[in-house]
Amino acid sequence: MSRLSQPSAMNYNSTAPLIELHDISFSYPGSKTPALDELNFIPDQGKVGLIGPNGSGKTTLFHIIMGLLKPSDGQMLFKGKPLLKEKDFRKLRQEVGLLFQDADDQLFSPTVLEDVAFGPLNLKISPAKAREMAGQILKKLRLSDLEERVTHQLSGGEKKLVSLATILVMEPKLLLLDEPTNNLDSATRSRLIEILGSLEISCIIISHDWDFLAASTAEIYAMENGRLIRSGKSSLHNHFHVHLHGGQPHEHGG
Amino acid sequence: MTFENFSLGNSFLHRMDCRIKIITAFFLALTLSVSHHFSSAGAGLLLGVILALSTRLRLTAVLWRLLVVNGFIALLWVTLSLTYPGDALVSLGPINLSGPGIKLAALITLKSNAIVLVFIALLATSTIAELGHALEALGLPRKFCLLLLFSYRYIMVISQEYGRLHRAAKLRGFRPATTLHTYRTYGYLFGMTLVRSWNRADRVKQAMALRGFQGRFYPLNAGKPGRNDLFFLVATMLIVLALIFMEITP
Repeated sequence: MSRLSQPSAMNYNSTAPLIELHDISFSYPGSKTPALDELNFIPDQGKVGLIGPNGSGKTTLFHIIMGLLKPSDGQMLFKGKPLLKEKDFRKLRQEVGLLFQDADDQLFSPTVLEDVAFGPLNLKISPAKAREMAGQILKKLRLSDLEERVTHQLSGGEKKLVSLATILVMEPKLLLLDEPTNNLDSATRSRLIEILGSLEISCIIISHDWDFLAASTAEIYAMENGRLIRSGKSSLHNHFHVHLHGGQPHEHGG
Repeated sequence: MTFENFSLGNSFLHRMDCRIKIITAFFLALTLSVSHHFSSAGAGLLLGVILALSTRLRLTAVLWRLLVVNGFIALLWVTLSLTYPGDALVSLGPINLSGPGIKLAALITLKSNAIVLVFIALLATSTIAELGHALEALGLPRKFCLLLLFSYRYIMVISQEYGRLHRAAKLRGFRPATTLHTYRTYGYLFGMTLVRSWNRADRVKQAMALRGFQGRFYPLNAGKPGRNDLFFLVATMLIVLALIFMEITP
C-alpha cells in the first residue's frame, strides 16, 4: 500500500486502540468521593457491557470519553494520540457516538428527517447527500414511515430508535449507549436488541437490564468506587447480586 | 402544546418559498398598518380572506385564532367609542358614543384582521425552522436567527417541563386558591421549571456538540424560488402598489 492511500495514517497510529483511558480521575464539585478514581480502560473491539449501581460514575465516564467533561487527572488517547483540546475531541466525535439516556435531549429538529440529517450537515455534507444518508439509515432501521413526523410527537420507543438513527448516520466506529432499554416496551426492546446485534460496530453499553446485556454483549465490566473491573460474563450475576440483595432475605432463581 | 398546526398542509402557499412569503407579508402588513381609508383596509381584508382560504386550513381553527385577536379589539370598541373626541353618534342619557371613535375602531378592526389573515396565510404556513432559515437567507444577522430557532425550541421544552410538574402537583391534590400555600407552590413550580429547563438546555447543547454543531444550522431544504414563487411576488407587489394608490388618492 502506498502511503498516499492512507492519509490519516500520517497522524494516527492505525494499530492503536480507538480510545484509551489512563489513570483518569474526576470529581464533581462539592462531592467528597471522586466519581472516577485513576480509572484505566481500553475497551475491546466488539460489544461490552458496563454495570454498576446508580451514581457509580458510568454516565460520567461516557461524558469524559466524549469530551463533555474534563478529567482532573490522567490521559486519554484517541488512536494512540493524546486528546487535549476541543479540536481533538471534534475528530473523536466523528467516530464515537453517544446515545443519551433521555431521547428528548437528542431530538431537537422539527422533523425526524431533519434531525437525522443534522449531523451529516454539520460535517459539511451537501443537503442532497445528507438527505439520502438520513433516508438510508432510517430505512435500515425500518423507520422510513417516520421521516416527516414531528420529533416531539413520537412515542417513547420511536424517539429512542430515531435518536439511535441520528447517531448511526454519522457512521461511528464506536457506539456508547447509556441505558438504551430504559422505559422501552418489550417490542421496542427486542427490536433494539435485534438492531444492535446486526450492527458491526463496537459498543459500550451501560445497562441494568441483565437479559439485554447477556443477549448483546461479549464482555462485561463492573464500575465500582470510580474504577472498572473486568468481570467476565459468568461472574457477572453473582457480583451484582450480592450488592443488590445481599442484606435482605432472597431466593435464587434457577 | 403545539404552535405549528398551520404549517402542516399542502396548499400552494405551504409549498411556496419561505423568503418570498416573508417579503410579501412584510410589505402587505406595512401598507395595511398605516392605511387611513376604509377602501384600502377593506381591500386588504378581502385579500387576506382570499389568501387564508387558499391555504385550505381548517376554517374553525382559523376563526378561532381570529377570535383571540378580536377579543383584544373588542376592548378598543369600548374605550374608543366612549373616550374619543368628536360628535356623538348615539346618546344614551349621559353616555355619548363618539362617531369618529366608532369609525376608528372599525378601521382598526378591518386592518388588524387583514394583517392577521395575511400572516396566517403567509407565515403560519411555514414552520419556525423554515422561517429562521429564510430570515438568515434574507440577510438578517445569524445570531438573531439562531435566537429565534432556539427560543422556539426552548418554549416547547419549558412548556412540557412545566406541564409535567403541574400535573404532578395536581395529582397530589393541589388546587389553586388565594392562599399563601398556592403562591408558594407556584413559586416552586416556576423555580423548578427554570432549573429543569436550564439542565435540559445544557444536555441539548451537549447532544448538538457531539454531532458536530459549531454555531450554524444548515437547512436541509435549501431550494431556490421557482417561477411560481416569483410570479406570486410580482402579483402581490402590484397589489401593494394598488393599496398605496388607494391610500394617496382622496
